[in-house]
Amino acid sequence: MFRYILKRFFVSLITIWILATLTFFLVRILPGDPFTSEKITPEIKANMMKYYGLDKPLPVQYATYMGNLVKGDMGYSLRYKNREVNNIIADAFPASAELGIRSLAFSVTVGLILGIIAALNHNKGWDYASMVIAVIGVSVPSFVIGALVQYLFGIHWKLLPVAQWKSFAHTIMPTFSLGLGTLALIARLMRTSMLEVVGQDYIKTAKAKGLSPAQVTIKHQIRNAILPVVTVLGPLVAALLTGTFVVEQIFAIPGLGRHYVLSIQNLDYTMVMGLTIFFGAFLVFMNFIVDIAYGLVDPRIRVGK
Amino acid sequence: MEISREKFKHVGINEEKSQSIVRPSMTYWQDAWRRLKKNKIAMLGLIVIIVMTIMSIIGPMMVPYNHSDNDLSNTDQSPNSEHWFGTDDLGRDLWARVWMGARVSLFIGLMAALLDTLIGILVGGVSGFYGGKIDMLIMRFIDVMIAIPSMIFIILIMVIVGSGVVPIIISFAITGWLSMARLVRGQILQLKEQEFVLAARTLGANSSRLILRHLIPNTLGVIIVSLTMRIPSAIFTEAFLSFIGLGVKPPMSSWGQLASSGAAVLRVFPYRLFIPAFFISITMLSLNLFGDGLRDALDPRLRK
Repeated sequence: MFRYILKRFFVSLITIWILATLTFFLVRILPGDPFTSEKITPEIKANMMKYYGLDKPLPVQYATYMGNLVKGDMGYSLRYKNREVNNIIADAFPASAELGIRSLAFSVTVGLILGIIAALNHNKGWDYASMVIAVIGVSVPSFVIGALVQYLFGIHWKLLPVAQWKSFAHTIMPTFSLGLGTLALIARLMRTSMLEVVGQDYIKTAKAKGLSPAQVTIKHQIRNAILPVVTVLGPLVAALLTGTFVVEQIFAIPGLGRHYVLSIQNLDYTMVMGLTIFFGAFLVFMNFIVDIAYGLVDPRIRVGK
Repeated sequence: MEISREKFKHVGINEEKSQSIVRPSMTYWQDAWRRLKKNKIAMLGLIVIIVMTIMSIIGPMMVPYNHSDNDLSNTDQSPNSEHWFGTDDLGRDLWARVWMGARVSLFIGLMAALLDTLIGILVGGVSGFYGGKIDMLIMRFIDVMIAIPSMIFIILIMVIVGSGVVPIIISFAITGWLSMARLVRGQILQLKEQEFVLAARTLGANSSRLILRHLIPNTLGVIIVSLTMRIPSAIFTEAFLSFIGLGVKPPMSSWGQLASSGAAVLRVFPYRLFIPAFFISITMLSLNLFGDGLRDALDPRLRK
């Protein structure tokens, strides 16, 4: 198990390093520089470039950046004067994280319940109803759901606040729009996995030794069926994270997703790099956790390789 | 009535007849098509996809307006008999824009899916067939690359290459082939140990013939299913990018771009978002349903 964790950890580190390097060089190929849109004389521009270290040769810039990155310093934003990228991330991350965690909790609980209900009522009304919800959830993009609920509940019926991130009522619509797609995926996966497990011999054994149907379902069926769902949690977190880019924009939530989109449009080099690496590292870390969790719950994985 | 021995006669065994095949033999593809036809939901999906494709071709021609022509005397019109879906803030006809957008979105979906499938087959095929060091290298490379979240990677590439239809397709292909290569490699590894490959090798088939004539055709079912699933995800990603302002830019239109500009005027003209949103959703739905049906038809073992 220890070797398995070590190997996963090593791969994660390499991934983050490659991502940081790629980001650094890709961002440098970008047309224009961060001061293009400002009306300044060439001298001031040269001064600014010097101030931010952009006049040095690329390898030097790279070495400096990597050195600082290892120390956890991502430099200053080129757009927001005198604000550190770290600072901006620290400011905006809580809202995004809250949105993400709420959505994850919502989609996992409701998704699992829907999947279980569907599988227990295989080929009956409940099954079809759950699967219709699941297929719609997979097919309708989050920005469509977001705009739709915003229009209906916020503008048309005036039931919920239209935008912003303040009270609990503000969080309902964003959470729902962000979580629905993930919910659908989990429901579908859980249903298939439940149906697969139900034919296994150990279920027959459990029934044969006289356990009640509820016990068989909870102790044996659900516990075993949940395994495949754990594996997709990594990609699901990634989907949620990218979903925040649009959902935060629709509901005017002051989170990282909005900053990311804005910094790309503003050619804010250090912000783009900082956020890309932050997102990337975050997701790689989540995948690492999921891999280990999977190794813990399913011995076949860690023993196998 | 009496049943006597005389009423029966010995017919013996007709060697020829017992060996002959009475029913028409079906190829794998005929069989799959027969199974697919039985799946009503998947067929409905297929019909919707065909209708969308046809409309994306003839839709823009059905009105006398161009998708990018401004008409400042007819701005912000609601749907009427002149402009079936109304006009936008620059007086562009939304019917023309929606179907032009369909053309762009479907084209991106199809091209991106085809391109990354092709690269995936090539790399995965080579990796799985030759094995050894090449395989090791390619797989480690994919392991690392696949761990980079694809949307972030796509956004980065889009930022550098610029927005537009071709950059989108390129960036999707660059990030999309990784999982396809893994899939194909897995299939090839499984297949190459089987007897028919040994037989073909014994008969003197060389590597390229083995790959092209024996291994790839046998993985085609899995590949096609994966291909159909990629189209909606590419359409979705395009819509997503355009929505955050990185994908297709006006005056060019795509469903995501229309939804994005519709969202800006949601309070006043909600239908401007909901028309393209409806078409995105219905197309994604049909493609997903058709893909599910296709998977069941092509790979009966997976059927639940």
